[in-house]
Amino acid sequence: MTISWLYIGIFLVVSLGLPAVAIILAGILAPKKPSPEKSIIYECGVDTHGETWVQFKAQYYLIGLVFLIFDIETVFLYPWAVAFDRLGLFAVLEGLLFIGILTGGLVYAWKKGAFEWA
Amino acid sequence: MPVITLQLVIFITVAALAIASALGMLFSRNTVYSALLLVFNFTTVAFLYFMMGAPFIGLAQITVYAGAIMVLFLFVIMLLGTEQIARIEQLSAQSVAAVLLGLVIITEAVVVFLLRNPTSLVVTSGGDVVSVNEIGGLLYSQYLLPFEITSFILLVAVVGAIILTKQEKPAGKAVEGEVKK
Amino acid sequence: MSLSDLLILLPQAFLLVWASLLLLVDLFISKERKVITAILGAAGLAITLGLTSGQWGSRATGFNQMVVVDNFSVFLSGLFTLAGLVAIVIAYDNMRRTGIHKTEFYSLLLFSVAGMMLMSAAADLIIVFLALELLSIPLYILAGLAVPRAGSAEGAIKYFLLGAFASGFVLYGTALIFGATQGTSLAGIMASIQSGTAELPLLVIGAALLLVGFSFKVAAVPFHMWTPDVYQGAPSPVTGFMSIGAKAAGFAALIRVFSLAFPSLAGQFAPIFAVLAGLTMVVGNVAAVSQVSIKRMLAYSSIAHAGYILMALVPLADPSVAANSTASALTYLVVYGITTLGAWAVISAVENADGGDTSVRDLSGLARQHPWLAAAMTFFMLSFTGIPPLAGFWGKFYLFRTAIEGGYTTLAIIGLLSSLVSAWYYLRVIVMMYFRESEAGASRAPSIQIAAILLALAVLVLGLFPSGLFQLALQALANGVS
Repeated sequence: MTISWLYIGIFLVVSLGLPAVAIILAGILAPKKPSPEKSIIYECGVDTHGETWVQFKAQYYLIGLVFLIFDIETVFLYPWAVAFDRLGLFAVLEGLLFIGILTGGLVYAWKKGAFEWA
Repeated sequence: MPVITLQLVIFITVAALAIASALGMLFSRNTVYSALLLVFNFTTVAFLYFMMGAPFIGLAQITVYAGAIMVLFLFVIMLLGTEQIARIEQLSAQSVAAVLLGLVIITEAVVVFLLRNPTSLVVTSGGDVVSVNEIGGLLYSQYLLPFEITSFILLVAVVGAIILTKQEKPAGKAVEGEVKK
Repeated sequence: MSLSDLLILLPQAFLLVWASLLLLVDLFISKERKVITAILGAAGLAITLGLTSGQWGSRATGFNQMVVVDNFSVFLSGLFTLAGLVAIVIAYDNMRRTGIHKTEFYSLLLFSVAGMMLMSAAADLIIVFLALELLSIPLYILAGLAVPRAGSAEGAIKYFLLGAFASGFVLYGTALIFGATQGTSLAGIMASIQSGTAELPLLVIGAALLLVGFSFKVAAVPFHMWTPDVYQGAPSPVTGFMSIGAKAAGFAALIRVFSLAFPSLAGQFAPIFAVLAGLTMVVGNVAAVSQVSIKRMLAYSSIAHAGYILMALVPLADPSVAANSTASALTYLVVYGITTLGAWAVISAVENADGGDTSVRDLSGLARQHPWLAAAMTFFMLSFTGIPPLAGFWGKFYLFRTAIEGGYTTLAIIGLLSSLVSAWYYLRVIVMMYFRESEAGASRAPSIQIAAILLALAVLVLGLFPSGLFQLALQALANGVS
């Protein structure tokens, strides 16, 4: 049990390590010629004024909420996918019913224009 | 004195990270950093769930909390533009209550872990009961009805989110009309 | 699961599927023909009513003992579906007139009714919690249906936050009870208590947390704070439905859980129920006196009525009275439901087109222009007060009688005295309608008028022949509860 999670842990360390190594190596190997031009936020376009964290559009909230709800759906479907082979045809139908009901929600959201960015 | 095992080392590392990120979240003056530290904290807690042999709760923690709910948190922070709100401590009464409640939890932990026999809390039921496979088996047989009711609750939640946040069309349509002119 | 499981829950399952389909069908109905949505919604409720009444007299458990369909659940399901039907009739005219005709109303209402029906059939704390959510979430949304209106937004937010908090209590209570008894099914909990394996302090704390959560739903003092704001801000037809639906569902849960799972704890909880009942009656009635808004007045009145019904839960531990007192609670729920739906129907008709607040003064002179509405409202107010020979009198009569039989004479006296206080503010409405200069205009839509008159007739008929309803309530308990 613990061993199988250890593999995931090793993968995690490797996946975090590789880009870190790449960045550190680049920092060591690259020639260093600093100039004020290079340290501004964008090297092209107009200079920014004030805070760069701007207010989001309220529309985004609706999409976030709908995402949250479908995210919870995937949490319920995860054990379905794992236990699928021992559950038989009936559980497949139950899962499909669950997905079907939530697809109804998707159709509703779509038709109501919840995903329109305007 | 327990033997130092690999598991213990991992646990102490993850727990230390969890506490550090929680403290960082509390004391960071920048709300966006706070939110990101909270994401990190959720992830470390999810790790602890994995280590306790509850992978389903761990994954749910990551997908729902570290994923979706934090997206909403961050969004609210960005929508309100908290940088502009004066950084004055306005929650003095609340902090007294928070300290009191914190003391209650510490007392509870002391009572449970020190005064009672801690092994009485260990559920002796092998690793299988909490495996995802087992949860799937129960969810789609014994707990089928609650599961299907949940889908209707989620459907209602979608409808509610849309009705209450989406303004009626006319304003949007007027803008479109102007563009066409 | 097997097909027989599905047959047991057929009314609920049908209603849920119908509500989901209605939600989608409504998207494709043009704005001028939304009456179709209303009719389809009513048809769904009517079919459900037929399906559920077909189950009268039988008793069956399903889905691994998670639900039980018996006369108790059928009785309450009938009440819920009828309340939903009346709400649709009232809402169609009122919501078009006040310009908030969002047609999701109908499917959300159906979802809420389905949640209430599930609650009445719940035999497992998990189902109790999920049914509570399924009935509450649509109500939170419905309370905010008029949302650009400030009152509606405030009411909806308050209702949602406090409701979510109360759900948390129920969930935590469930968790503690699970920890104490290793089970969530009501029968299992009872078996665990009787065999002595339950961990008592944990169990009692869990039960107390459940009580707090349900008290919120039925609006009992001191968990009533949300009621006036929500009742005032929500669209009137929604309030009418909420005032009986949510209350009856809360009582259904209280009766099921406390008489089935914790009969041995009922004795310990009797003083708590007694204090809750007494406080609720007194605070509700006294606070109602000073209200200017008729919506807030009815909100406090609904709190007071929750207090009367709570009185019936006090003697649950005494087996000789338990059946009678639970039956009187059911009787009172029906009587109160008819009366409150009628009163809110009249308010829905009188309400200004801007949907703002309605004060008691807005009813002045109603009798001259709308004699039928005024006559109906008079019946409802007198029934609320408990004047014979109307239904409200008998409802209170049965409640007070069982309280005295159970040995809680003090409580009955408190109820009687607070009823006297209530007469003041109920009669004020009648005085306004009949003895003041005319200011009131009201909707002339025949649907609301007919609904109000029919409900008034029901109040009168149940008042003239009260024993039939009480016998029905006794039968409702015969094959399951107590």
